[in-house]
Amino acid sequence: MIEAILIGLAAGVVAGLLGVGGGALFVPALTIFLGLSQIDAEATSLLAIIPVALVGAWRQRAHGNVDLRTGLLLGVLAIAGAVAGVAVANAVPRRGLEIGFALLILFVAWRLVRQALASSTGESRAPARP
Amino acid sequence: MLTRRTLTLAAIGTLAGLFSGLFGVGGGVVMVPLLVLWLGFGERLATGTSLAAITIIAAVAVAVHGAYGNLHVGEGLLVGVPAVAGVLIGTELQPRISTKAISLVFAALLVIVAADLLFELG
Repeated sequence: MIEAILIGLAAGVVAGLLGVGGGALFVPALTIFLGLSQIDAEATSLLAIIPVALVGAWRQRAHGNVDLRTGLLLGVLAIAGAVAGVAVANAVPRRGLEIGFALLILFVAWRLVRQALASSTGESRAPARP
Repeated sequence: MLTRRTLTLAAIGTLAGLFSGLFGVGGGVVMVPLLVLWLGFGERLATGTSLAAITIIAAVAVAVHGAYGNLHVGEGLLVGVPAVAGVLIGTELQPRISTKAISLVFAALLVIVAADLLFELG
């Protein structure tokens, strides 16, 4: 129980600090520290993302950074894709899912490096993105 | 009538939904660049707007995962609720400290995790 709370706190700090998504951090943390399988970690990460995105949207809205109509429309239009994505995740072999996720976090790592090198020019970053 | 904008949003949403459902992430990594590229959003507005969409996408994906029996509700809440506090702390700290070194260390950690997944080192 303490591990889960620490994972959430630490992943949240890193997400807020670096402007990367919570999910890319929650999933490996849940597999490594809580021993969840890849698919269970993904499902559980999605639950953890909800409060983060909710509070993030609420705060960003106060800063005028949310086009709420478009965001809600985008979310509704994403429902079919989300259902299909979960179905595919459950249908593919475990190895396939792990390899796909590995490629995703390599992409996130590449973006972090690019952002770190660009930040030396004083370019401002976007807020956290779960 | 379906406008070109709605169709574009449907395409972005579908891609983000697939990505989110498949990998357990919010889908911002897909939505933000596409909102910028295809609809001319600024980076900040795209990020904020994607957060509203992510709330719906994640809720749907969680419900479907729940039906498959993959969900650990207790762990999800124990991670997610403190994560809100973590994000607030991180966002406050961000302008005050240099995140360059942290970004590079974290990128290296992600590469190690990816290598572990790809080559089954663990």
